[in-house]
Amino acid sequence: MENKSKGRFGLYGGQYAPETLMRALNELEAAYSEAKADPEFQKELEFYLNEYAGRPSLLYYAENMTNDLGGAKVYIKREDLNHTGAHKINNVLGQALLARRMGKKKVIAETGAGQHGVAAATAAALFGMECEVFMGEEDTRRQELNVFRMNLLGAKVTPVTSGTGTLKDACNEALRAWAARANDTLYLLGSTMGPHPYPTIVRDFQSVIGKEIKAQMLKKEGRLPDAVIACVGGGSNAMGAFYDFIGDKSVRLIGAEAAGDGIDTERHAATMTKGTVGVLHGMKSIFLQDKSGGIMPVYSISAGLDYPGVGPEHAALRDSGRAEYYPITDAEAVDAFRYLTRIEGIIPAIESSHAVAQAMKIVPEMDKNKIVVINLSGRGDKDVYSVARYMGVEINEK
Amino acid sequence: MKNKNRIDSMFEALREKDKKALVTFLTFGDPDIETSKKLVLAMEQAGADLIELGIPFSDPMAEGPVIQAANVRALKHEINLDIIFKAVSELRESTQVPLVFLMYFNSILSYGPEKFFAGCKDAGVDGVIIPDLPFEESDEIYDLTQKYGVWQISMIAPTSSEQRSKAICERAKGFLYCVSSMGVTGTRENFTTDFDNMFAMLNKYSDIPKCIGFGISKPEHIENLKKYCDGLIVGSAIVKTIAAGKTESDKINGVKELTAALKAPLM
Repeated sequence: MENKSKGRFGLYGGQYAPETLMRALNELEAAYSEAKADPEFQKELEFYLNEYAGRPSLLYYAENMTNDLGGAKVYIKREDLNHTGAHKINNVLGQALLARRMGKKKVIAETGAGQHGVAAATAAALFGMECEVFMGEEDTRRQELNVFRMNLLGAKVTPVTSGTGTLKDACNEALRAWAARANDTLYLLGSTMGPHPYPTIVRDFQSVIGKEIKAQMLKKEGRLPDAVIACVGGGSNAMGAFYDFIGDKSVRLIGAEAAGDGIDTERHAATMTKGTVGVLHGMKSIFLQDKSGGIMPVYSISAGLDYPGVGPEHAALRDSGRAEYYPITDAEAVDAFRYLTRIEGIIPAIESSHAVAQAMKIVPEMDKNKIVVINLSGRGDKDVYSVARYMGVEINEK
Repeated sequence: MKNKNRIDSMFEALREKDKKALVTFLTFGDPDIETSKKLVLAMEQAGADLIELGIPFSDPMAEGPVIQAANVRALKHEINLDIIFKAVSELRESTQVPLVFLMYFNSILSYGPEKFFAGCKDAGVDGVIIPDLPFEESDEIYDLTQKYGVWQISMIAPTSSEQRSKAICERAKGFLYCVSSMGVTGTRENFTTDFDNMFAMLNKYSDIPKCIGFGISKPEHIENLKKYCDGLIVGSAIVKTIAAGKTESDKINGVKELTAALKAPLM
């Protein structure tokens, strides 16, 4: 056997996983490469994406926003219109079909905001699988509605109290659980992170977003956009939106990460801005860590971006200069949330609002003949309470 | 001339006497560094042949709840590798028991791999178990382990394929850490792994000492498993005993008693 690290993106990626997981990872890698090459699998996936999740999602010309910002033309990729309300379903349908193909009847998942957990529970309901979702205890409080939603879908939600009780701890717990039950269970990992082959699998299943943007843009404008903007936590919606454009050097790829109270405070999740190289959750990438390599607690108003690392392919895209990443504060994200809601009648997820905020910064500086696409990764109904709280508005629905 | 690694000397001496090793574990700094040092000496006195020191980390992915909690307790005080190396150097004034770090790769990466292995050699650390650095990624430190004579202890799981086990065996140093059953660290009632097959296969590829760990908590476990291997590793059961002791002397006496009881089947 060759002693060689697999799944590298530049310096990053790899398989920093316990020996107890290596067989499961190798089996998944083999099953995926077989499925990827099988037209039947691709046909099946396309069927569920189109007939169940509602793809292709719309590419909407945001005329009001364009006129108001007075710069580049703004298009919005409506991943919020997918079944379950976010891009997460794209990946989950792919991985659940893979689980079925591998003969696994049980799935587990981690979740932060609850979007991936809801998507996983949905796919499990659809395919008749048993589903357990690990969710930081802190997040189960922030996203109570999603917990109930997962329960309705038949999933068991296990609150994780270890560590900081947020997304990173949910990932640890899901990996621990998988190490014990990999024989009959597949871990449906929700972002472009974790040990190889996950960053590649998730990126491939999400790359439908960028492929559609390209085709839709060529049809509507007869050319490629000048920039694609997406929010980045682990990075799956951004990786999905960027991937098909990596070779198109004229297209700027812009990620917006969560700066919480600001990158000069202790409360943020701005990995690209403030992080350093490290290893966590099975991958080498960029992480927020202290002097001794301890992973730091992170904060963002958005539970989905509240992660101390970033997917390895993003870290490599940053190093090569192919993609740019900028921090967006809670205040900027909430402003963008309210702005898009008022000006276009579209309530964005607080995660996606970070991408909207980044667009609001650069669009006015761009020429009118330029085109920008915002990947609106999810809808914001789930965030109405936390935005109200942020604005000091009390809502009582009892 | 290089000094012989203490792990190798210890297993050689035991094999000559046809004895098996008792390997014990504690999370270093739980509840504090000074107590941990006393506990190490107490375990050696009570019969531990090799002692693993868990290096506290924020995200110990391969640990069950007991050792996770110990990590949290240890991290309440200021603790880092400089402090730990100093403590190990101090321990080396009174003991020559083989000491092995159990730690996550990010701690090494953050400290600087070369500085880390040089530090191990200077302080008298004989090996390092890195649960999240499998065979595929071990090239990253392999040359340093050879240069400083500080072995990376490789792990084998019940699910490791024959081809994979062979490759791991060929490069293994010190001893092989054979995981008793799937999942994370923590006590288990019984074991369902087919050890006869597992060790027949491993012995075919290497005569390196082999130790079984994960879930071993009682003398009966040791009695039943000792025929397969060269050593038995006990972690969570000791960490539990440390946590249960109300005073420092309770902790030390509790750990001494448990270590002696675990050693009995190996005498």
